[in-house]
Amino acid sequence: MYRYDDLDHTLVSERVAEFRDQTQRFLAGELSEEEYRPLRLRNGLYIQRHAPMLRISIPYGLLSSLQLRKLGDIALRYDRGYGHFTTRQNLQLNWPTLESVPDILEELAAVEMHAIQTSGNCVRNVTADHLAGVAPDELDDPRPYCEIIRQWATLHPEFTYLPRKFKIAVTGSPADRAASEVHDVGLHMRRDQAGNIGFEVLVGGGLGRAPAIGQVIRDFLPLPELLAYLEAILRVYNRYGRRDNIHKARIKVLVKSLGIEQFRAEVESEWQTGRDTAPHLHAAEVDRVRSYFKPLPYASLPDVDATADRELNFRAWYRYNTRPHKTPGYRAVFVSLKAHGRPPGDMTSAQMAALADLADAVSFGLIRVAHDQNLLLTDVRQEDLYRTWLALQAQELATANIGTLTDMIACPGLDFCSLANAGTISVARDIQSRFNDLDYLYDLGEIEIKMSGCMNACGHHHVGHIGILGVEKHGEEWYQITLGGSVNGFTALGEVIGPSVRQHAVPETIERIIEVYLKRRDDGERLIDTYRRIGMAPFKERVYASRAAAA
Amino acid sequence: MRLVLRQREVSADDWTHFEADRAPDADADALIVPLIELRKDEARWQAWPGRLGVRIQPADKVESLAGELDRYALIAVEFPTPSEGRGYTQGRLLRGRLGFTGELRAVGGAVKRDLIFALARCGFDAFELAAAEDPAACIAALGRYTVAYQPAVAGSSPQRLRFSV
Repeated sequence: MYRYDDLDHTLVSERVAEFRDQTQRFLAGELSEEEYRPLRLRNGLYIQRHAPMLRISIPYGLLSSLQLRKLGDIALRYDRGYGHFTTRQNLQLNWPTLESVPDILEELAAVEMHAIQTSGNCVRNVTADHLAGVAPDELDDPRPYCEIIRQWATLHPEFTYLPRKFKIAVTGSPADRAASEVHDVGLHMRRDQAGNIGFEVLVGGGLGRAPAIGQVIRDFLPLPELLAYLEAILRVYNRYGRRDNIHKARIKVLVKSLGIEQFRAEVESEWQTGRDTAPHLHAAEVDRVRSYFKPLPYASLPDVDATADRELNFRAWYRYNTRPHKTPGYRAVFVSLKAHGRPPGDMTSAQMAALADLADAVSFGLIRVAHDQNLLLTDVRQEDLYRTWLALQAQELATANIGTLTDMIACPGLDFCSLANAGTISVARDIQSRFNDLDYLYDLGEIEIKMSGCMNACGHHHVGHIGILGVEKHGEEWYQITLGGSVNGFTALGEVIGPSVRQHAVPETIERIIEVYLKRRDDGERLIDTYRRIGMAPFKERVYASRAAAA
Repeated sequence: MRLVLRQREVSADDWTHFEADRAPDADADALIVPLIELRKDEARWQAWPGRLGVRIQPADKVESLAGELDRYALIAVEFPTPSEGRGYTQGRLLRGRLGFTGELRAVGGAVKRDLIFALARCGFDAFELAAAEDPAACIAALGRYTVAYQPAVAGSSPQRLRFSV
């Protein structure tokens, strides 16, 4: 993985010093809350319901065992012994004190981590495919380019006060595992006829209010122009994006109002005009960063059947929680943070420490965060899978439910977040307990439930096969259900099934949707396929049928 | 007394801001006039005997000043709130693209130490300090970072950069 050089270290420690000064001025009363707010937000610090929330950046979801151990240690000493992994592949601490945040940042800096630009109206953590570098279907590893973009965007003097937040995802596989089409900018790696690396560039995707799917602004952007072109997009956005209405300030609104043709013309013109003064990505710098992402020192191993003579539970885990690896003899392993009865994405300090040790033992000391709030050990020898399973089981990290209904995404919701309208954690728990039987879950096949506690859509509800959105009605928590959303290579936004339902009715509603699916599915059809084939009406009819009529 | 930070030194402002309801002092040698006022009566300001500056708003397109930059000894760019970010681009374009060589001044309530480093990298060389802002802290802020990743306006960045043009 990438390692800081002196420039990176210096910049991060100077940022820590700056933030310490800002926080001290706030605590001393020299800065008002209004003045401190944009400063702390640029550094991932929110003031939440109960306490501040600190969002720590995990660039493109890649962690060393040292870093994960440190995160666990920080959560133990400064928080309540756990953290929450997010859909931006970051980690949130829910209970640090404001006074301690500069110290936390200093400890993070010592392991080459920070919280820079994890919130605020700036370029946020760049996300990537969680199987980057190991997926068999990959054109090339996107992570060097994520790292280059991370550096370029960090404390960018011109683009730190954009109209609104700005999210970039990069993927190197045709199967889009990074939800790149619902990002402000999505970059898809491509090769031209001469074999040179470049990117298809999408712009104007996004969730939140008025969700939109990104549109192609450029079919092929040569690699040396990557930063110059991003700079052109951001400059056009910074100048012309709306600032009068927070709900209309994302770049998707500008792209829509100008139309993609006009927006493209603006960007291409800015790119051409600004080329001489824009950063050029020189080959030496690309090579320097790429050298940190060379293939790991894999052993030369045959593929083996890791499940031979093993018990059923292990076979189920192998089937659901592991994925193919491009290197023979290896496999990628999901670490499920979706144990039934626990908030999705939460992990204790003890689990982090144990997983760091396990990564050292079986997976080159590296850990990934997936945007669907699970972790991975991506480089496990097939012969080590059984002991990996045993070790994960001992930490309750081996629930064999990846890709099933209970592998749901959920933001922290009303229990923590001051933006939320409704709770998510208790709803997730109720759904998990209603669908607790793993064999039943396996029969239901691949189902993605994504839940957000408000319109900001941190839980990606628009692109869930089943989406759940918390809404507030007359001071009560209600939930709007959508069907038909998807990402992963075919991006679609879900449609609202009908009037929202009360909290206690959510599991029942999902059960009724599942009933229709089970009754109507063809062989091998997933819920999303059945929905696309038969449409909304049968689901709607069943969900809103009176109990008597339904019986 | 209004303070201005230039060249790592703070001094009393030698410029006057135009006020719509008050005729400028006849002996005002250096006057900053809002762009909207300038456009109302171009002839009047062409005849202004002293030094002339123009004050632009976040929504103003700096390209509209391209043909007349040599008329101005100063351009003042407005930063009314900390979250207003268009001025950074205006500064970069005025300096880096349109080649303005006069004083590029950040003005408005948000011009405080926390913004100054980024403003300087976008080509600003003068900062009209918000009331009650500590001048020494603002000078120190110019040296807040000794490194940066991206190139910005030539000559305004730390020596050590990652990327180059």
